[in-house]
Amino acid sequence: MAKITLSNLAHSYLPNPQKDADYALKKLNHVWEDGAAYALLGPSGCGKSTLLNIISGLLSPSEGQIFFNEQDVTQADTADRNIAQVFQFPVVYDTMTVKQNLAFPLKNRGVDAQYIETRVNEIAQMIGMQDVLNNKAQGLTADAKQKISLGRGMVREDVNAILFDEPLTVIDPHMKWELRTQLKALHQQLEHTMIYVTHDQTEALTFADKVVVMYDGKVVQIGTPKQLFEQPEHTFVGYFIGSPGMNLLPAKIEGSTAIINGTSIELGADYNNPTGKVEIGVRPEFCSFSDDGSGLMVSITRVEDIGRHKIVRTQFAGIELNVIAASSARIPADTCHIKFDLSAINVYVDGWRVEGQQRKRQQTKGEAAL
Amino acid sequence: MKTVNQKAWFLVLPVLLLVGFSAVIPLMTVVNYSVQDTFGNNVFYWVGLEWFEEILHSERMHNALGRQVIFTTVIMLIEIPLGIFISLHMPKKGVWASVCLVLIALPLLIPWNVVGTIWQIFGRIDIGLLGHSLNALGIDYNYVQNATAAWITIIIMDVWHWTSLVVLLCYAGLQAIPDAYYQAAKIDQASRWNVFRYIELPKMMGVLLIASLLRFMDSFMIYTEPFVLTGGGPGNVTTFLSIDLVKMAIGQFDLGPAAAFSLIYFLTILLISWVFYTIMTNIDKREGM
Repeated sequence: MAKITLSNLAHSYLPNPQKDADYALKKLNHVWEDGAAYALLGPSGCGKSTLLNIISGLLSPSEGQIFFNEQDVTQADTADRNIAQVFQFPVVYDTMTVKQNLAFPLKNRGVDAQYIETRVNEIAQMIGMQDVLNNKAQGLTADAKQKISLGRGMVREDVNAILFDEPLTVIDPHMKWELRTQLKALHQQLEHTMIYVTHDQTEALTFADKVVVMYDGKVVQIGTPKQLFEQPEHTFVGYFIGSPGMNLLPAKIEGSTAIINGTSIELGADYNNPTGKVEIGVRPEFCSFSDDGSGLMVSITRVEDIGRHKIVRTQFAGIELNVIAASSARIPADTCHIKFDLSAINVYVDGWRVEGQQRKRQQTKGEAAL
Repeated sequence: MKTVNQKAWFLVLPVLLLVGFSAVIPLMTVVNYSVQDTFGNNVFYWVGLEWFEEILHSERMHNALGRQVIFTTVIMLIEIPLGIFISLHMPKKGVWASVCLVLIALPLLIPWNVVGTIWQIFGRIDIGLLGHSLNALGIDYNYVQNATAAWITIIIMDVWHWTSLVVLLCYAGLQAIPDAYYQAAKIDQASRWNVFRYIELPKMMGVLLIASLLRFMDSFMIYTEPFVLTGGGPGNVTTFLSIDLVKMAIGQFDLGPAAAFSLIYFLTILLISWVFYTIMTNIDKREGM
C-alpha cells in the first residue's frame, strides 16, 4: 500500500510534442492518498487510461515523475511496482482452470502453495465462483471471465494499488451493481489504494470517496461527489455530471447582476466585471417555476416523466434550459418563468468557475431578499 | 398440410455436373485402370484387386513411403517450431512489419519448379554459390552423388520455401491477441515463457492446426521441387511417393499398378488428414470445457 505522487506528469504519443494539443495527458500534479478509493471520470479519449497505464508502468511518461511513497518509480518495471490492474475486457488464461487463473499472480511471485490455496478460495468466495473453480476458463461467459479478472486483480494482498480500467463495461446491469458494492466493501476491508476509471458517473459517484474528473487530457476537478454536484469547477464537470447536466447560459456580469439576453438576474455575490467567455451555470435541480413573473421567460418544449421526477426541457432565447420538477408538480403551459436557487448559481469565466465576493458595504434589493 | 417440394434440388445440378466432370469421372478412370490389365491394342481385362495386392506388398512402395514419412516428419518438426519462433520475433507494427511480411511472403510467390531450379543451381559444385563455396572450404558437398547432401539440400529447400506459410499464419494469430493480454501478463508478473505458454500458444492453436494440416498434405504430395533438384536420386534415395508414382505411370507405363498406387496414396492422405483434424479439434474442444 502506498501513497502515489504524480509530479509534473505529462504524456504524448507523438515523438516530439510541440503544442498543448499534442499531449494526450497534459501536465499534472496530484497525490493519490494511501488507502483512498478514487474514481477517474471522463469521456472516452480524455486520457484516463493513459494516466492509469502510466501509474501501472505499462506506459512510460514523456515528462515528469511518479513516486510510490517517497520512492521514484518513473522508470520502474510494471512487475517492480507491485500493482494490480483490471482491464476493460476480460483477460483470462484460456487453457487454465479458474483456480489456476486466480493463483497465477501469486504463483509467479513464488508464494507458498498452502497460502495460495487458502487465498484463492477466499477470492473465489468473494466473486462467487467456488463452484466452478476446477472448470476451464475458456468456456465461461464474459461476465464470469471478467469476475476472474477482478479476482486476479485482488488476489495479492500486498499490492501498492489496484487499478480498474472500466472493469464493468461487459457485465450485466444487475451484476454490475452487485460487483460494485462488493468492490466497495472490499476496499473498506483491505484499505488498498484503488483507482477506478469509468465514464459512467453513477459508477464513479457510488464507488469513490473522491472523484477525479478529466477532460481533454487535463484533470478539471478533484472532489467528493457532493462538491462535484454543487460546485463544479469547470463547465465540463457541470455538464458531464448530473442527468441532465448543468444549464449553462452565456451572460454579461456587472457586479452582482447577470444580464442574460436582456433579462437581469441577481447572483447573490459580487463578481466585479469579468471579461472573456462568461457563463452562469445552474443545475436543473435548482431551477423552479416562479409564479410572480420574475426570472427568465422560457418556452417549454418537452416534459419527460422519468418516475421519480419530471425533466422539463425548455428553451430560452435558443438555449436549452432544463428544469427538474417533482413528479407531482404541475407544469405550467407553454410559456412560463424560471427562477434559480440563489446559492446554487455558479459563475464561469472561460470555462472555469470563479468565486464571488459576498457584499458587505451595501445591500442591494436583491440581496435583501435573501 | 405443408406441401413438400423437392424441385430446389435442380439448383444443385450445375455443381454436381461440374464436380462430376472435373473430379469424379477422372477419378473413376483411375479406378477403372486399377482393376484391369492390358497387353496393348486398347484391350483390357479384369484383374480384380491384384494390383492393389501387388502394390501393398511391393518393397519399392514401402521404401518410397518410408522416405516420404521421414521427409514429412522432418520438415514439419523444423518448419512448425521455426515458423512460431520467427513470427514471435517479427515487429508487430510500423514500416518494418510490412517489410518483414513482404520478405517472408516472397518464397511463397515463387513457382515450385523455379524453387527447384534455384536450389539446383545454388547447390551445384561447378557454378553454384553454395556448392562451390562449400567445396572450396573443404567440405565434401555434392547433392548429385551424396545421399546425405541430397537430403539436406531438399529439406533446406522445403524449409526455405514453406516456413513462410507457417510464419504468416502464426503472425496473423498473434496479431489477433489484444494488447490487454500482454498487459495483464505483465501485471501478473508472468515470465516470457508463461506468456508464450498461456497466452500466445493457446491463441495460436487454431492457425497452427491449419498450418500443420496444410504442411502435412503439401509435403506428403511433394513432387516438383525434388524432381527438379535431384530427380529422385542419387539412386532412389530422394524418390518420394509422387516421384515414384510418376516413374511408374509415365516412365514404365504400368497403368494398372500406378492406378492402384494412386488410390492407395490418395486414401492414405485422406485418412491421415482426417485423423489429424479429429485429434486437433478434440484437443480444442476438451480445452473449451
